[in-house]
Amino acid sequence: MRILCRDCGRDDLETPPGGPCPHCGAARLIRHPELATLSIAHLDCDAFYATIEKRDNPALANEPVLVGGRERGVVMACCYIARRFGVRSAMPMKRALDLCPQGVIVKPDMGKYRDVSRQVKALMEEVTPAIEPLSLDEAFLDLTGTQALSGLYPAQLLVDLQRRIEREIGITVSVGLSFNKFLAKIASDLEKPRGFAVLGRTDAIDFLTDKPVKILWGVGPALDARLARDGIMRVGELRAVPESELVARYGRIGHRLARFALAQDDRRVSSEHESKSISAETTFLDDLRDAEPLLDRLWPLCERVSRQLKDHGLAARTITLKMKTSAFRIRTRSRTPANPVHLASDLFALVESLVRKEATGERFRLIGIGTKELAPLDTAAPDLFDTAGRKSAKVEATMDALRERFGRDAVMKGRSLKVEKKR
Amino acid sequence: MKLTIERSTLLSALGHVQNVVERRNTIPILSNVLMTAADGLLAFTATDLDLAILERAPVSIGQGGATTTPAHTLYDIVRKLPEGAQVELALTKDQSRLTLTAGRSSFTLPVLPREDFPMMPDDDLPHRFKVSAEDLRRLVDKTRFAISTEETRYYLNGIYLHAAKSNGIAMLRAVATDGHRLAQVESPLPEGAAGMPGVIIPRKAIAELRRLIDQADGAIEVSLSDTRIRFGFGNTVLTSKLIDGTFPDYQRVIPTDNDKVLEVDRKRFKDAVDRVSTISTEKSRSIKLSLGHDKLQLSANSPDSGSASEELDVTFPGDTIEIGFNSRYLMDIADQVDGDVAALAFSDAVSPTVIRDLADERALYVLMPMRV
Repeated sequence: MRILCRDCGRDDLETPPGGPCPHCGAARLIRHPELATLSIAHLDCDAFYATIEKRDNPALANEPVLVGGRERGVVMACCYIARRFGVRSAMPMKRALDLCPQGVIVKPDMGKYRDVSRQVKALMEEVTPAIEPLSLDEAFLDLTGTQALSGLYPAQLLVDLQRRIEREIGITVSVGLSFNKFLAKIASDLEKPRGFAVLGRTDAIDFLTDKPVKILWGVGPALDARLARDGIMRVGELRAVPESELVARYGRIGHRLARFALAQDDRRVSSEHESKSISAETTFLDDLRDAEPLLDRLWPLCERVSRQLKDHGLAARTITLKMKTSAFRIRTRSRTPANPVHLASDLFALVESLVRKEATGERFRLIGIGTKELAPLDTAAPDLFDTAGRKSAKVEATMDALRERFGRDAVMKGRSLKVEKKR
Repeated sequence: MKLTIERSTLLSALGHVQNVVERRNTIPILSNVLMTAADGLLAFTATDLDLAILERAPVSIGQGGATTTPAHTLYDIVRKLPEGAQVELALTKDQSRLTLTAGRSSFTLPVLPREDFPMMPDDDLPHRFKVSAEDLRRLVDKTRFAISTEETRYYLNGIYLHAAKSNGIAMLRAVATDGHRLAQVESPLPEGAAGMPGVIIPRKAIAELRRLIDQADGAIEVSLSDTRIRFGFGNTVLTSKLIDGTFPDYQRVIPTDNDKVLEVDRKRFKDAVDRVSTISTEKSRSIKLSLGHDKLQLSANSPDSGSASEELDVTFPGDTIEIGFNSRYLMDIADQVDGDVAALAFSDAVSPTVIRDLADERALYVLMPMRV
């Protein structure tokens, strides 16, 4: 059994179970027989947005913090104090406030979170180049082979990384260490916050046996319900069903279920993770019914999505309009234009008629636009017949150039001003 | 029905008709070929409802009649029979099977009643003219590469054939485009074609037409209405529905004032594009043309596979210009140029470029640049 101290980093420890580190006296010891050989990690920031807000405003330290848009949005992140009241992220803000009336709402500052995310990534890069970010606040790391360079085995490097992130950036992270991605991700969740959990080849299968199937990557509420209907509640029960049967019943995911149940996952940590969709949505302060005000709200979203597409050099083949009625019913309508699009004006033009079709008296509380099937922009050869499009491309290129020099608000369309005024 | 036919005659006729028959059909009878024996001729008809082909071949008929049987099976059998074989086709007495006998081989094939076979209406096609096989081949060959395969733009899924005036001379003009490139080719307007409507001939009909032209000599009889077109080659007749749509106003996108003209040796240009494009990314296939005074540099860059560049001596009096193209499209067009010199006329890096064959003023190509 290898024992590693998370505070002083020493691993030449002789200490009985439950005892503190004989060197520094700290109680945070990691014990695992395979500690020195596991090299796939998942690193997850603890209540990322909320933690950053607390770091930047010490007055919030002991308050339940809810990051999200005012009263009508959803909770994008909540601190661990807020979680004690039952608040969870992605919950409607109104419900969060019912559960936790003293909650302090902080408006999200995505720019700041992105900056912190970059700082975290920079520290990760000092440990390994094989990083696969999943979002701003979590990433997979493959530390295979790093020992030859650093002289330290992966767990030691990760303990060190975790301490540096706390000390230098001022936020806490949880680490899961295992021999494949899906187990590493499960592990990072086991001891949150500030956790460090290990799942090795010797204990992973036993560990999984009694766990509910929804612990597995890819098992969402729908699949969970289907599995439950078929009498499969726990991961161990999946092992009794042949893989071919799982595939026949649940489709391609069946292969994955069979492998996951046996703690197998051969997906590699890939640093070239491509973004699969870019979207933006907004919830209104008051529900809207008519097409024009809906379109006024839609335009800035098109600009935002377009900006991200341009930043990444991408164009989208499928554009989806999302609208949520005041009865919380979600409607989505998709369009696939002849050529991939990336200009705000093109995105807007594609969904404009869809909005008009939907705006027939019902009230809406949310509108959003999403783009899928993204392809590099240079494959999006412009269309000969789209002479108007060439003109608007020139206009937008000029606007973008101005914004780059003079800031985001240097130039805007009249439609954005309409919403600005109403705010 | 009972008849005897030469294996090679049967094979050649079935070879034509079986192309029209889709391999997979939801309507069983569309997998079949209709055979009608009368007056010393066996007529073969196949259709996919959009396209129909009729072929006649001489046979010796024991008993006239008609039936339908799976086209691909019949073709495969005949293909495998030895050369020079005499093939006997006969319907069984109860008309439920077709027997095929050749030498010591015999087959029985299922049949479906001839009455169920869908026939294209045989009504009047008011516009008729004759066009030489050579002219029709040129119109098809030099434009078909640009036909769009995008189903949402169904009206671009064919060649637009129409009568047009070019410098005051009446021409039969073929145009195809996929929105990224456009090809326009003309030949003198045949007698009788002046009043014809502009028609869009679908891609599949073009493919069949092209196969048949190769075996034709002399003139091909074309007759058409607003909805159908028919090509007559002696014993073979191809009839196709036309695409029911409006071909876009293509003349609007052909630039007339591109004044920066590059002249380049076609072969060397194409080879250089081919070489440099080895590096361009699989998806975009983009290459960059950097033009200076009498100089052309082709280059490609890809984050994965490195970079390439090549210089060519050209004639170019203009200023410097940098412009990107899909290399595949450039080569497709270079392939159409028969003369030694291709002329590329540019306006700027984002506007369409016109490409001409200096040896052929009746062909013109337009290519949209890519962002580089």
